[in-house]
Amino acid sequence: METSTNALTNTPKLTDRAHNIRRNALRMGEVQGQGYIAQALDISDVLAVAYFHAMRYRPEDPSWEERDRFLLSNGHYAIALYAALIEAGIVPEEELETYGSDESRLPMSGMASYTPGMEMSGGSLGLGLSIAVGMGLGLKRKKSGARVYTLFSDGELDEGSVWEAIQSAGHYKLDNLIGIVDVNNQQADGPSTQVMAFEPLVKKLQAFGWFVQRVNGNDLNAVVAAFDAAKSHPELKPRIIVADTLMGKGVPFLEQREKSHFIRVEPHEWQLALAALEAGRQA
Amino acid sequence: MKTVRSAPQPGKPRLTTSAMIASIAAEGQKTRPGPFGHALVELARHRPEVVGMTADLGKYTDMYIFAKEFPDRYYQMGMAEQLLFGAASGLAAEGFMPFATTYAVFASRRAYDFIHQTIAEEDRNVKIVCALPGLTSGYGPSHQAAEDLALFRAMPNMTVIDPCDAHEIEQLVPAIAAHQGPVYTRLLRGQVPVVLDEYDYKFELGKAKLIRDGKDALVISSGIMTMRALEAVQTLKDDSIDIAVLHVPTIKPLDTETILREAGKSGRLVVVAENHTTIGGLGEAAAALLMRSGVHPPFRQIALPDEFLDAGALPTLHDRYGISTAEVARQIKRWL
Repeated sequence: METSTNALTNTPKLTDRAHNIRRNALRMGEVQGQGYIAQALDISDVLAVAYFHAMRYRPEDPSWEERDRFLLSNGHYAIALYAALIEAGIVPEEELETYGSDESRLPMSGMASYTPGMEMSGGSLGLGLSIAVGMGLGLKRKKSGARVYTLFSDGELDEGSVWEAIQSAGHYKLDNLIGIVDVNNQQADGPSTQVMAFEPLVKKLQAFGWFVQRVNGNDLNAVVAAFDAAKSHPELKPRIIVADTLMGKGVPFLEQREKSHFIRVEPHEWQLALAALEAGRQA
Repeated sequence: MKTVRSAPQPGKPRLTTSAMIASIAAEGQKTRPGPFGHALVELARHRPEVVGMTADLGKYTDMYIFAKEFPDRYYQMGMAEQLLFGAASGLAAEGFMPFATTYAVFASRRAYDFIHQTIAEEDRNVKIVCALPGLTSGYGPSHQAAEDLALFRAMPNMTVIDPCDAHEIEQLVPAIAAHQGPVYTRLLRGQVPVVLDEYDYKFELGKAKLIRDGKDALVISSGIMTMRALEAVQTLKDDSIDIAVLHVPTIKPLDTETILREAGKSGRLVVVAENHTTIGGLGEAAAALLMRSGVHPPFRQIALPDEFLDAGALPTLHDRYGISTAEVARQIKRWL
């Protein structure tokens, strides 16, 4: 997809893309009866902007040499990325019915060898940015104009290796690297800020030599502006978007559910969630 | 609970170098400087995809030779081994062939998950080249990689190599480059002994080679223990003991055919000698192979004990833990 200056009014609009990503994710959740659905809903707007505004790729050729790379460091967000890959036409929609089942190309944790468009094997948190540094160096060696987008979670900021990568990306001035950290303030043992204080995140990242923007990750206009600025920023610096997001976004009863890393959804609630998502779109 | 050691006895003569970087070459032994670095430079001349990487150990893994020749193909990743291997995976994903160096302890123990997930699981073409294998440092357990072969053997997709000398290191560099996929190789660096050139030896990935034949015992060995076994040949000859030496530089995949052929020849004691803990290395690999195959010669292991090894001078430690030439000869004699 080539960049459009009029992303929000394009057809289908980014709002529709984000909606469809959420719907795809909820349908996969229903198939499996579980999934990191609250995270998928919180990151859908960011993925909509990444895949339908910012990134260059060819749906029919997921390993096209000139494509922008998208690394999913937080492999448990695979349900969200599959939803986006389906919306982008990289993964056929009918495979959605196989999510998390035997022989599926859509395992619950994202792995490079399973899924078209999946660039790395996640699951073990904290790997993505290190790989991104190598890819960024490699693309520069090849004089490629492609970029490396890397999505990771606020919980991953606890991993020392993430800071090794942050430091080295600054050292190597990897302006072809665009990080996105999902600050939903939730990790396995509780609110991320309480599990291990990571603020002031913007100042920390700036101190490591990054061009940093912090936005409401569920405000499509703001996210579009942040991706645009990340791409066009003139300094020789790696770029990062700190996206504050709301878990369960788009499904009010999930937004309000007690926050947890792995929220419980009852079997009958998946259809209710899809209906609530649809109702929110009509409103 | 850990107790502090007693002070040494006064007046007792002691070797004094418990240095991190100790030479494994005996005095007067023929050596070559930095065989890995020079071989990598040669390879890189006609393989433009080769890049060099290290984690603040370019100087001590002979990578500096490559860095000097190809500064724009060299990546210093700082003292950050997890980053080193994650970034190597990324460079490999972009079509390059990274040779990434550090010490064996840091690759195997600190960065294991990164190598497992970003290199082995993703089947990236990264060559991991690690100095100070087994007991080749007197610095203590922090730098003694007694368990690296066990760890990397257990990793799917990983090819594992334990070379003997400079001659072999020079040959293995192009050989592992010709192999598509991740490789872990132990590295001898600095002034590296040259031994195998006298035996008309050629390294082949995945092949064990009979360096010399003998009727009383078969020593199956890798790395510097092949050198030790060859040195022990003369000592044992004085006692009318004739040993065969089967060098097995590729620990994984194991050359099962050659090992079974040699170990299956009747009447010989089989001794596996390795610069590695008794657990999970060549010894146990060979033992399991023989058991599975119904080949049951008398079997012994020369290997490091399952304990945290002492700091001290290498000759002292090699004697203490049974991997010096004299100790190899003594043990074989005792077992026959």
